[in-house]
Amino acid sequence: MAKYIGKRLLYMIISLWLIVTATFFLMRVAPGNPFASEKKLPPEIEANLQAHYGLDKPWYQQYTDYLVNVVTWDFGPSFKYKSQTVNDLISEGFPVSFLLGMEAIFIAVALGVLFGVIAALKQNKWQDYTTMAIAVLGISVPSFIMASFLQYFLAIKLGVFPVARWESFQHTILPAIALAAGPMAYIARLTRSSMIEVLANDYIKTAKAKGLSSGVITVKHAMRNALLPVVTYLGPLTASILTGSFVIEKIFGIPGLGFHFVTSITNRDYTVIMGVTVFYSIILLVAILLVDIAYGIIDPRIKLAGGKKGE
Amino acid sequence: MQSTNDKFKVVGTQLSDAEKISKPSLSFWKDVFIRFRKNKLAMFGLVLLAILIFMAIFGPYMTEYDYKTNDLTNKNQPPSAEHWFGTDDLGRDMFTRTWEGARISIFIGVAAALIDLFIGVAWGGIAGYKGGRTDETMMRAADILSGIPYLLLVILLMVVLGQGLGTMILAMTITGWINMSRIVRGQVLMLKSQEYVLASKTLGANTTRIMGKHLIPNSMGPILVTMTLTVPSAIFTEAYLGFLGLGLTPPLASWGTMANDGLPALRYYPWRLFFPAIFICLTIFAFNVVGDGLRDALDPRSRK
Amino acid sequence: MEKVLEVKDLKVSFQTYGGTVQAVRGVSFDLHKGETLAIVGESGSGKSVTSQTLMKLIPMPPGKITGGQILFNGEDLVPKSDKEMESIRGKEISMIFQDPMTSLNPTMKVGNQIMEGLIKHQKVSKADAKKRAIELLKLVGIPMPESRVNQYPHEFSGGMRQRAMIAIALAASPKLLIADEPTTALDVTIQAQILELMKGLQDKLDTSIIFITHDLGVVANVADRVAVMYAGQIVEIGTVDEIFYDPKHPYTWGLLASMPSLENDGNDELAAIPGTPPDLTNPPVGDAFAPRNKYALAIDYEEEPPMFQVSETHFAKTWLLHPDAPNVEPPDAVKQRIRKMSSNFDKPVLVKEGK
Repeated sequence: MAKYIGKRLLYMIISLWLIVTATFFLMRVAPGNPFASEKKLPPEIEANLQAHYGLDKPWYQQYTDYLVNVVTWDFGPSFKYKSQTVNDLISEGFPVSFLLGMEAIFIAVALGVLFGVIAALKQNKWQDYTTMAIAVLGISVPSFIMASFLQYFLAIKLGVFPVARWESFQHTILPAIALAAGPMAYIARLTRSSMIEVLANDYIKTAKAKGLSSGVITVKHAMRNALLPVVTYLGPLTASILTGSFVIEKIFGIPGLGFHFVTSITNRDYTVIMGVTVFYSIILLVAILLVDIAYGIIDPRIKLAGGKKGE
Repeated sequence: MQSTNDKFKVVGTQLSDAEKISKPSLSFWKDVFIRFRKNKLAMFGLVLLAILIFMAIFGPYMTEYDYKTNDLTNKNQPPSAEHWFGTDDLGRDMFTRTWEGARISIFIGVAAALIDLFIGVAWGGIAGYKGGRTDETMMRAADILSGIPYLLLVILLMVVLGQGLGTMILAMTITGWINMSRIVRGQVLMLKSQEYVLASKTLGANTTRIMGKHLIPNSMGPILVTMTLTVPSAIFTEAYLGFLGLGLTPPLASWGTMANDGLPALRYYPWRLFFPAIFICLTIFAFNVVGDGLRDALDPRSRK
Repeated sequence: MEKVLEVKDLKVSFQTYGGTVQAVRGVSFDLHKGETLAIVGESGSGKSVTSQTLMKLIPMPPGKITGGQILFNGEDLVPKSDKEMESIRGKEISMIFQDPMTSLNPTMKVGNQIMEGLIKHQKVSKADAKKRAIELLKLVGIPMPESRVNQYPHEFSGGMRQRAMIAIALAASPKLLIADEPTTALDVTIQAQILELMKGLQDKLDTSIIFITHDLGVVANVADRVAVMYAGQIVEIGTVDEIFYDPKHPYTWGLLASMPSLENDGNDELAAIPGTPPDLTNPPVGDAFAPRNKYALAIDYEEEPPMFQVSETHFAKTWLLHPDAPNVEPPDAVKQRIRKMSSNFDKPVLVKEGK
């Protein structure tokens, strides 16, 4: 177990280093970048950048400084706004994004699994066809389109929900649903196919031959095994919720990190783009690592030392 | 009738009856096609796709307008006999722009899928076929690359490289091929240990022959499915980038940029968002159900 | 002796895309307390479907019991609902499946899989169930049961898993145990151990066993009586001695002749039965075995043979036992082993429909 985690951590660090390096050098070649020599910046910003990156130092010095800064969790100043640092933006925006993301993950997993299980148990009946038709629609509607539709019909036309902003629980519902819809549909499909596969297994017959009720068989024998692939999807799910949040926060005017990120893209605020990208990458890689470790704990067949499936 | 004696005469076996094969034998792809045709949803997707492609080709010529000429006296017009999908804030005809956008979206999707195909098949094929150290190194590299969050990388590249059709496809494919390479590798690994490949090897077939005759044709199924499903994800990415303001530069029309332009006007001119949005969804939907249908049709376990 | 099970004219069919498959076409047999009945046949002969139908484990739909009765302790199981069957499955009738690699839940501890049935049927506490699970593991010959009980199936070898399956099946002391090819997936040496184990347990627990197999060698070891199935029907049934030393049905001859044995010296070739079993979507007219039967009579292609009774316990479904039928010689491999059965009737007696 320890060996496996160590190995995974190593790969994660290599990936992260690649990301940090790539971001750093990409930003240097970007048109109008903060590292170009002939730039006209307000003196305060120039001073901030100077203090943080040491713009007069050679590039390799700047690069190592940047690596050290990332390790010490310091993502540097904004390139456009003088008194703002990336760390400020993160501590201000991330809690909001986190809350929204968690709400969406909860909706996606809970409802996705529920629909998937129902569809599998009622295979080839109308319940199955209905859920799967909705699911295929769900994965075909990008979250930002879902968000605009929800906003237009439920908030603007019917006035059931607030149109935008981030004030009460009411305000979180539409964005969370819009964010969750796609992953939910995906989870429903995944659960269904995995459930059908599991239900055809001999051990389900064994359980039935023991005289267990179909409810017990579904929950204790089928679902436990069927949900393993869903657990592996939690990593990509986090990624999808995270990137989805950029546009959702933009549409609903939610002051989360995604919103700031989109603004920084529009403003070409390079240092913010760079810092937030690195921050998001860390979050994602850690989430994926956690999911993999959790999977190893849930599935007894996984021998974590080798990182391969048993048998 | 017969006498009892005749009835109780030993006549023996009639094997021709028992050995008759009741089902006509079909070639693999014919069989796949028959199963695909039975899948109503997939067939619907195929028809939808045909319509969308037809409109992408001919749609822009169906009106007297072109996609880039401004007409400020006619801006933000709702759909009418004059402008079937209305006009945008510069008075451009939305119908023409929508199908102009279809061309770009479908082009991006297909181009990304093809590039992924070439790199993925080469990378995964070599890794799987060589095995051992080569495989280990190549797949490890792919693992590390795929550790980079896809959309973040694409966003970053678009910011740096500047907006354009070429940079967008480049950004999408820079790590997009990894999925394809994994699938190809898995297929090759599985197939190369199959007995018919071993048999062919024993008979002295060389690498090229084994690759060309056995490995590639037999992995066509999963490759085709992956390709079909790459297209909608590329179309999604294009729309997403457009929506973030990283799409194609005006006056070019893509569904993503049109949706992005339409969003601020949602309250008063909803059609400006709805038309591109609906066609994004329909296209992704069509590719998804066709891909699903293909996968189901190719899966021998679903054979009856 | 007390009759535990009586199956009367059981018919099962499956709805498939290709049409309705009549998997079981009128099967009748009975089973006494403490007795072992082997059901033998090729794949697709309906033996597994028959056995799973006894516990109503076949998926319905597409499966359907289209006729007949399954009297268990005098009570018909056919009309029972799934809910009612729960108190019979595992408690009264248990089942062991062919492949121990797949018939245990991979993510549940072996102990818990044994305990489940106990807790459900005997209403014991968790602690008691665990104690009983350890006892059962010991009973089926698993060493160190105290630690094994907390392990997962992948930590068991194939033979041990089948032992664990037997422990699960026997947990609630069922009256009838159905073993569906329990040794087919195992190594030969392990097979013998499992068979020994089952015999020993049967003596101890006085359970009746239905043993499904395609391997006649196994049958001779374990069974009291043998039923030979072909194309969804029982074509011959009798005691082990009757089937091995006085077979009457040409299909049984074929099976016996195709069985390798040490006694056949190099001179005799193994005789394979030509052809393949019929497609049960459209069962052939007459005797389903006729096309593959070198002793087939003209009438076999026209009329289904009735059941003839050869002795108190021996029945065979073949026109060859009809008084008008010519005397045919069974294949050499069978002829060599034939013994005179003192219990045989003077002449085969035609059995009237319904028995």
